[in-house]
Amino acid sequence: MTVAPAPAVQTVISEAWGQPNSHLISEYKKRGGYKALEKALAMEPTAITDEIKRSNLRGRGGAGFPTGLKWSFVPKDNPKPKYLAVNGDESEPGTFKDRYILEYDPHLMLEGIAIACKAIGAHKAYVYLRGEFKFQAERVDAAIKEAYEAGVFGESVLGSGFKLDCYLVRGAGAYICGEETGLIESIEGKKGWPAVVGLFGCPTVVNNVETLASVPPIMNKGAAWFAGLGTDKSGGTRLVCLSGTVNRPGVYEVSMDTTIDQLIHDPKYGQGMPAGRKVKAVIPGGSSAPVLTADETDVALEFEALKMKQTMAGSGGVVVMDDTTCMVRALWRVTRFYAEESCGQCTPCREGMPWMTRLLRKIEEGLGEPEDLEILMNVAASIAPFPPIGLGNTICALGDAGALPVQSFVMKFKHEFEQHIAEKRCPHGDHPWGHFGDWA
Amino acid sequence: MADPVFSPDDQKLFDSRLADILTRYPADRKSAAMLPALRMMQEILGWCPPEGLRLVAERLEVKPERAYEVASFYVMFHTEKPGKYVVDVCTNLSCSLRGAEGMLAYLERKLGVKAGHGNEQWLLREAECLASCGTAPCLQVNEDHHENLTTREKVDAIFANLG
Repeated sequence: MTVAPAPAVQTVISEAWGQPNSHLISEYKKRGGYKALEKALAMEPTAITDEIKRSNLRGRGGAGFPTGLKWSFVPKDNPKPKYLAVNGDESEPGTFKDRYILEYDPHLMLEGIAIACKAIGAHKAYVYLRGEFKFQAERVDAAIKEAYEAGVFGESVLGSGFKLDCYLVRGAGAYICGEETGLIESIEGKKGWPAVVGLFGCPTVVNNVETLASVPPIMNKGAAWFAGLGTDKSGGTRLVCLSGTVNRPGVYEVSMDTTIDQLIHDPKYGQGMPAGRKVKAVIPGGSSAPVLTADETDVALEFEALKMKQTMAGSGGVVVMDDTTCMVRALWRVTRFYAEESCGQCTPCREGMPWMTRLLRKIEEGLGEPEDLEILMNVAASIAPFPPIGLGNTICALGDAGALPVQSFVMKFKHEFEQHIAEKRCPHGDHPWGHFGDWA
Repeated sequence: MADPVFSPDDQKLFDSRLADILTRYPADRKSAAMLPALRMMQEILGWCPPEGLRLVAERLEVKPERAYEVASFYVMFHTEKPGKYVVDVCTNLSCSLRGAEGMLAYLERKLGVKAGHGNEQWLLREAECLASCGTAPCLQVNEDHHENLTTREKVDAIFANLG
């Protein structure tokens, strides 16, 4: 396949990755670290928020909400304490970008945290990392200690008189805690059931790790520079996570006009498909994003362009499935995840996800009946509508996240589901994933 | 009287670390320390036994049910005593696309336990996405992460040193 070379990119987030000791504050300062914070501390809080607004920075956790706007919602005259909660729960299948920021450049995130807290008037920040991130938690813990020693956190941030404490909180294995309000419940020491109030009943901003890591470069080089790197509606670059059957999976910082085809085939990025294999399908934004067929992958990895294709840029997780992949098996794996991770609060999600998972397993094992596909689509539609138009029939977006893949896989690869049912077996036999590894 | 949860030394360690953690939260929100407290207990005891959950609840001034509710909600907390090694294998989409199902079947044969089951030595589980999709397939043994497990030899090397 011939694909035009990917556009050049000016790295914003990943510049230090792979450099020796890039995680230490000494190295971070050599790169100009904490200069942006000095600048922000001399500014009025509203001026910082305005700068972020002008940069067109949009949240990198999945929803793509404008960050400056989110900050501006924090009430100025509320006497209650304000909090910043940092979402490092990175759990959407196919997503693994924040772990690199946490490992290679934790101070970039910490500096972003300090600037955000100054802007919203928060004196406490909680960094929530998923429980499985043991190594990353050690890195962040050490970085927070270094930052306290350097006066970045404490009674008077860099001598400015602004007080700020920053704490690490570790999760314990629950996808739902990456949902904004589930995360707050979890920091409060509860099970992560989505709700509607802020941390400890106070005004709270929740920002993703990558979002906060984008803040220091914006303060250093200016909103106009950052906005200019992106599109009309979305500033900066993007970290995308390439996985599945490509030659070189990994996290790549790309220009927003880079297409999925370029990401897969460009020598800088995925370096193409394994010998003899072709792309069959691509999930463009974490496993909850509706799937695209091989004919639909000439599309930019950017919020608006992917929305036009009735899917989502989401969390940047691009999963490539080649032509040896069984789409029923693949969808079963995706749906099983949302069934496992449903918190159980809303009936459509709690009951619907396991029901769809059982139906898919039944079809995959050759026991499917012709009416099963209609039942599958009805159950999915009762959880959330397709194409994605906002919240479905559940409190949080986990319902949509589990229903959208079912709807898109069945619509776009219907013949494969029908073939399973007609032939009463998986056409791929014992190799639903092609041949990877020799485990026999 | 029931046996104490911790040895005297461990009790001292637990209490001093908990006191430090409590300073991070508002004074009337002691229960916010639930996850860190359970994690600390599990680090010392290897799991969260019922008497331990009662102790944590007492320290955080909540009912024991609250401690059990939280411990049972999160997969990383063990409310039943697991084997010496907890082996979590990611079988989500990106890992499965690169051989995770075959690796899991290999581990079932190698360790002599079925996924979702265990014995005194092992607890073998299918884990949900471990955010390591670019270095798939992957697994964790007692929370230590191992990735790029593309061959039997690499998997064998992890288990060679575990008794």
